[in-house]
Amino acid sequence: MYLLDALSTPAQYLPIAIQFAFGVLFVAGMIAISHFLGPKRNTSDKLDTFESGIEQIGNARQPMAIKYFLVAILFVLFDVEVIFFYPYALNFKSLGWEGFAAVCMFVTFFFAGFFYIYKKGALKWED
Amino acid sequence: MLLSLFTDWAFLLEKLTLVVAVVSIGLVVAMYSTWAERKVAGALQDRPGPNRAGWFGLLQPFADAIKLFSKEDIIPSKSNKILFVLGPGLAMLAAVMTSAVIPWGDKIVIAGREITLQVSDLDLGVLYVFAVVAMGVYGVMIGGWASNNKFSLLAAIRGASQNISYELAMGLSLIALLFLTGTLSLKGIVVGQQENGWNILYQPLGFLLFLVCAFAECNRTPFDLPEAENELNFGYHQEYSSMKLGFYLFAEYINMFMSSVLMATLYFGGYDIPFFNEAASTLNPTILGLLGFGALMTKTVLFILFFMWVRWTIPRFRYDQLMDLGWKKLLPLALINMLITAVVVLVKEYGWPW
Repeated sequence: MYLLDALSTPAQYLPIAIQFAFGVLFVAGMIAISHFLGPKRNTSDKLDTFESGIEQIGNARQPMAIKYFLVAILFVLFDVEVIFFYPYALNFKSLGWEGFAAVCMFVTFFFAGFFYIYKKGALKWED
Repeated sequence: MLLSLFTDWAFLLEKLTLVVAVVSIGLVVAMYSTWAERKVAGALQDRPGPNRAGWFGLLQPFADAIKLFSKEDIIPSKSNKILFVLGPGLAMLAAVMTSAVIPWGDKIVIAGREITLQVSDLDLGVLYVFAVVAMGVYGVMIGGWASNNKFSLLAAIRGASQNISYELAMGLSLIALLFLTGTLSLKGIVVGQQENGWNILYQPLGFLLFLVCAFAECNRTPFDLPEAENELNFGYHQEYSSMKLGFYLFAEYINMFMSSVLMATLYFGGYDIPFFNEAASTLNPTILGLLGFGALMTKTVLFILFFMWVRWTIPRFRYDQLMDLGWKKLLPLALINMLITAVVVLVKEYGWPW
């Protein structure tokens, strides 16, 4: 069995920092090069926002359906609960049945919350 | 400790080479995925596909890249200029960063120096992948908002809420896997599979859930609602041109590649060669490492072909169907899968508690 012999050290993140630096340079470089490479014949019509051939009416940033916002809020709630499972999953075998009973309780709460939003119609998309 | 690493030039050089190699592999595979996609589409629709540029159309990706690269770069006058440039950059950066924790092979020996074919073996490998994948949502959202276009904004919001919905089920489906492996390190997961057999044997339902979520996370058909042409013109990258558009398209193909690699690593043994005992073999470690890399790439290519097969077979979901599937079916299924796995593992380990 593979053991966590190396503790999490900052040194583990150094190669990731290298990759990040490389990625940033690559992305910025490519965008800059292609920006200067292409032709530049700007007209006011070309720089206008595309709206299926008609002139843009008003600002695009109008209020959107509340559903999307609700999904985002629910995601934050449930994702935090999912993250709580991760430390348990790693210590799962050593915690045994006792730990499992505790997690069953947590899952029940999870399901209770889920059932509540389901009944409230937060997940109902078809009108 | 950290300071001495900064002055360890051999270490830095090794990692830099590895980073460049890994990122290039991702880019090349993504490039040829565009070619393969059109070839697969051609085969499925009984037509030849690209066959003019080079032998079998093999130079087509280069032609496309040069075309995208030399197009006029348009920044709409009503857009938010900084965010407009930042959007595709973030999408691409997130796609490039995922590969850092993937174990591409065991190790190779060059000039007496052992080189692990992994940029960094993080203890938190799986969580790192989730963190970076979640960053990809920002690319879509920022790009769509900055465009100041109604279609782009709607597509971006759709895409964001789709991605975060499926991230939940994805995270839950992996927890059952972690019960078996007991580690978040991707290398540890692969080593565990070499000893105990592939995880797909123990987690078929978990794999299925992960697969569906991977399709949704990559915005691939049947979940390509952010780019539903008949509803949204062109999707969240409607106002983009030149390499910025290229980055959005490219990031999608890199994400597809990375999720294929991830599925192969988590469920199909990673660089493990089937029916072959690596630990007992007397092969040169370099050859063994390269063979392992080959095995991983073979599995990955099969997954990529599967992605394409599905794209040209299944029509797109409706948005309410998509949300129903994610929240009402995958999420409870993942939780039940998790509980069943936990019970089975505990019974095997400790017996029944009563």
